[in-house]
Formats: sequence, C-alpha cells, structure tokens
Amino acid sequence: MISDNQAADKQASEKPASDNHAGDWLVRPATIRRLWWLFGIILAGTVAAQFFIPVHAYFALAEMFGFNAAYGFLTCVAMVVFAKVLGWVLKRPADYYEHGPDFSAESDDV
Amino acid sequence: MFEFVMPPAVIMIIGALLVAVSRPALRPLIALATPLITLYAIWQIPDGVQLTAMFLGYEVQVVESSPLRRLFATVFAIMAFGGVLFAFRQSKWWELTAAMIYAAGAIGVSFAGDLIVMFLFWELMALFSTVVVWCGGSESARRAGIRYAIIHLLGGIILKIGIEGLIVHTGSPEIRALALNNFDTWMIFIGVLINAAAPPISAWLADAYPESSPMGGVFLSAFTTKTAILSLILLFPGQPLLIWIGLWMIFYGIIFALLENDMRRILSYSIVNQVGFMVVAVGIGTELALNGAAAHAFTHIIYKALLFMSAGAVLYQTGRRKCSELGGLYRTMPLTMICGVIGALSISAFPLTSGFISKSMISSAAGGQELMLVWYLLVAASAGVFLHAGIKFPWFVFFQKDSGLRPPEPPWNMRIAMILFAAACIVLGVFPGLLYSLLPFDASYVPYTADHVVTQLQLLLFAGLAFFVLLPLMKRTDTVSLDFDWIYRRGLPGLLRGVEKSLISAQHLIGTSVRVVGRHLNAWITEKPYQLFSSRSPMGQTAIWMAVLLAFVIILAIV
Repeated sequence: MISDNQAADKQASEKPASDNHAGDWLVRPATIRRLWWLFGIILAGTVAAQFFIPVHAYFALAEMFGFNAAYGFLTCVAMVVFAKVLGWVLKRPADYYEHGPDFSAESDDV
Repeated sequence: MFEFVMPPAVIMIIGALLVAVSRPALRPLIALATPLITLYAIWQIPDGVQLTAMFLGYEVQVVESSPLRRLFATVFAIMAFGGVLFAFRQSKWWELTAAMIYAAGAIGVSFAGDLIVMFLFWELMALFSTVVVWCGGSESARRAGIRYAIIHLLGGIILKIGIEGLIVHTGSPEIRALALNNFDTWMIFIGVLINAAAPPISAWLADAYPESSPMGGVFLSAFTTKTAILSLILLFPGQPLLIWIGLWMIFYGIIFALLENDMRRILSYSIVNQVGFMVVAVGIGTELALNGAAAHAFTHIIYKALLFMSAGAVLYQTGRRKCSELGGLYRTMPLTMICGVIGALSISAFPLTSGFISKSMISSAAGGQELMLVWYLLVAASAGVFLHAGIKFPWFVFFQKDSGLRPPEPPWNMRIAMILFAAACIVLGVFPGLLYSLLPFDASYVPYTADHVVTQLQLLLFAGLAFFVLLPLMKRTDTVSLDFDWIYRRGLPGLLRGVEKSLISAQHLIGTSVRVVGRHLNAWITEKPYQLFSSRSPMGQTAIWMAVLLAFVIILAIV
C-alpha cells in the first residue's frame, strides 16, 4: 500500500501525469484481455498437439493425455501454496537482521 | 605456441595483477584480453598431466587436462570475459582484479591434477570472492562478506582435514573417484558440498551474492558452485546420496525464491536450485547424467550470468533491488528486458534455448535409470523453475505495476555483454551440437523430438498459467525469510547474549546473597556472644526471679 503511494508520488514528481508513453498499450485492459485469449489458445494448442504427436515417456502415467499440462499446473499450485504457508512461519520484516537480537529486557537488569 | 605449458590460471592471475598496476587507459584492454588469452591457452593443453612441481615434498600436478576439465575451464574463461565486458567501465580496478583472480582460482581448480593444487586454488577463490562481495561497498556488504568468508574458510578447513587424512592414509593426493567409507572422504565430501551450497549450509549464497555491486554479482554467480560441481563429478560420481541432496536443493531454491522480494536474491536462490539439478545428475552417475551435469553447468553459467547482468543493469540504473519497488521497466529498458527474458526462458528450459538441451539430459538420465520418484520430482521442479525464476523475475522487475521509474538503458558495455550472452543462450539452444561435441562422454542424446518439445511446452505454459492465476498469492512483501543462517546471525549470538545475561544475573544473585548472608553472619557473630553472656532478656528474668525470691524471703521473715 505504502509502496503504491510512493510510486504514485514518484510518478508525479518525475514525470508529468499526461505523459503517455508508447509502451503503455501493453497495460491497457483491452490488450491484457487479448493476451489472455492468445495465451489460452496457445495452452489449448499445446494440449491438442498430443492428438497428432504420440508421447513416449519413461513411466506410464506420464504418457496419459495432457499429463504434463495437469502436472505442471497442479505442482505449481502446490508449490505456491506451500511457499505461502511456509512464509507465515519464515517471513520477517526486511530489517529483521539489522537490529541484532532483541534484548530490551536486559537493560533493566544491568 | 607455448614451449612449456603455462597454467591458464597463472595467465589470468598475471593479467589481473597487470590490471591492478597498469595505467587507467590500458586497464580495459588488459582486462578484456586476459580472459581471451587464457581461453586460447586452455585449448592448447593436451589431455593428461602436463605440468608437475614440487610442493611441501609432494610432486603435485599443477595442470592436468581432460575434455571435462577443458569444458569447465572454457566456460569459466568465457564467463570472465563476459563479466569483464559488463563491468570494466563501472567497476573499480580492485573489483576487476579481485574478480579476475577469483576466475583464475576457478580455472586453476578445473586443471588441478591433485587435491593439493585443488585446495590452493579453492582457497584463492574463497579469498577473492570475499573481496568481490565487499566491493558492494555498503555496511551490509561488509557484514555479509565476513559471514561469507567464515563459511568458506570453515569449509576450506574441513576440506583440508579430509585431504590431509586421505594423503596420510593412502599416500596419494591424486584426484580420483572416492567412496564415502571413511572419515577422510566424508570430510572432503562435506568440504566440497559447502561450496555447492548444499543443505544445511545453503544460506551463505543468498546471503552474500545480493550484497555485491551490480557488476560483482555477475562474477559471483558463476564460479564457486560450478567448481564444486566439477569436483563432485571428479571425486564422487554416482554417489546416490547426492541425488537426495540435489533434490533438496532444487525445492529449497524454488520455495525460497517464491518467498523472496530482492530480485538478485531470487536469482541467488535459483542458483541453488539449478546447482541442485547438477548435483542430482552427479548422483545418478551414468555417462548421460554426467554429460548432463557438465552441459548444464556450461549453459547455466551463461544464462545465470545473463540474468545477473539484467538484474545488475536494473540495479545500476535505478539503485533499487526490491521487487516491491520495481516494475514497469519494459517501457524504457526494452533491451535489458529482452535479454532478461531470454535468460529467464533459458533457465526454464524452453525449446530453442540453452537450458532445454542440457536440463533434459538430466531428467532423461533419471528416467533411463528407472528412478521414478526422482524423475517425477525433476519434472515438477522444471515447472517450478519457470514459476520462480522464469516468470517471477521478469514479471516483477519489468512488468507488473508501473513503479513510475523511467530509467534509461544501461551503458553500452553492459548492453553488449548482455546481447552476447543472450545470443549464446539462443545459439546453444538452436545448435546443441556445439556444446555436445565438448562433453566428456560420447553424446548420442537428441533433445529435439516432437513429443519432448510438446510435453515441455505443456509443462511450462501451464506452470505459467498457475503463476498468473495465483498472482494474488504472490503479492510481494518487504520481508526476509528465515533460513539456516538465522542460527549464526540470530540464534548463536542470541544464545551467547542469553548466556552472558544469565551469567550477569547469576553474578548479581551471588553478590546479593553473599552480602545478605554475610550481613546475617556478621550480625550473628557480633550479637551471639552478647546473647550468651550479657544479653538483656536472661538478666531481666534473673531480676524477676531474684525479686520473686526476695519477696518470698521477706514473706518468710514476716511470717
């Protein structure tokens, strides 16, 4: 949230708001919609290609129709979810190591 | 050309020293020519032991060549050239010199005929890579450099214990395939694996590399872990334990890269991930697998250097390293973006890129050995690589939200270095024979079969679909992830401070109790005699009894 605000400030300070760079067509909703359609067609194409190209794999399961598509998608979902869960345990603020161990209680004793 | 064999590493060291002492105008020329002359020298060395010397009473083999060693030395020299080209106008001379001596160490290890020479160049790499980390120049770079040096010097000591034990027990420092059946070989195994960033000591890599300068990171990405892979191929081919160590590294790299926010730390974790593929291949140990490990090291050095160049160019131009502060840079840095994307496609092993022709050898080797679980995990990992490095890095740096940054393209030397390495990724991917002809074993491997291309595209593109579908889960947070290094950055210092703290309170407790006990003892000693001989209460009682007695006597007298 903060970074968004900072980014907005920066954009305001470094570039006039009216600046319409040629590269912006890529982020227009219409373009993004078209890209999703294109991506979907390519995805379908890679699976449909298996009708014409028989797959020889080392193991039987991997020769199933569309195995790699399903396997690639599902394992990636599993990895992202696992990383997310692990993140709750392992993530710390970026300056975590800069302050050294927290011994605030110590000052009372000495 | 050379009458005697000049060790290529020595050529590189001489060049590095010349860079240090020469006039600034000559420096670029010397720095760029040295890796090329070294590369020429590498290819002049015929197979076999070529140069020996006496060292500490041992006849050591300073230069021994073989196709495998030549392959690694070649890519190290190419890497040194690309790195120098990327860095020579921006780096200070000491960073260039340190990086070149670091590269010389890697080339020296490649040609080391015995463990003594290997160890000497190994330590040379440790020392000068530390200097390269320090060239990051910040306080955090200084601290990370010290941690990096401690890990590598400790690893060096472990390696040295193993080497000395092996020499004492077998009488030969020769580099040969070793079995993990005694203390000495275990020590060598652990010492080499520390440099490969194997678990649990993986954290040094992602701790130190991102703290280097934009140029230094390019050098650091290449040498240390890949010399460790060469050493594993030479010393422990087919050691089954390596398969599981490598698989751990692969998934560790993916998961931690997914959690990470710093763009060069994402790439650092993906080094661990890619080295994991090579470690698995060494563990499988067949000719195809070892070819795969060597080929993957070759292609990996080039595309990972390209990725680090791309990230380094962004860092150099914007001064920002966090994904949460970057984004939208494709507008003004299209060339850097394209080169970064080529590197990202290569690391993901897309068809027509260099990663495709090398990584597939490793999974084929696993399939060929009927290692079903390993094969399925490697395929999942290939999808995961696309997820964490192939899309995540370019997406968050060059696309995603508009950060408002409009940096120009990096200086021309950085651009040329990126273009050369991007071209190398494509050329190797389109003409795999170029690389296959250099491999240690006869390669009859055919990467481009129709079904292989189709299955690989399915796998990767659906991994990409998973990325964009799960984009809300991947929102960047300004965080670090705890790793094994927590133990020596927080745990041990915390434990020591805890011990210190409890010692201090123990001191207080003892002091207080001694004072209290002493006061009581003192009081007791001074008051007890008084109580015994002249205390008031017995006297009062005596007085009462005397009075009672007197009264009794008086009563008796009256009566």
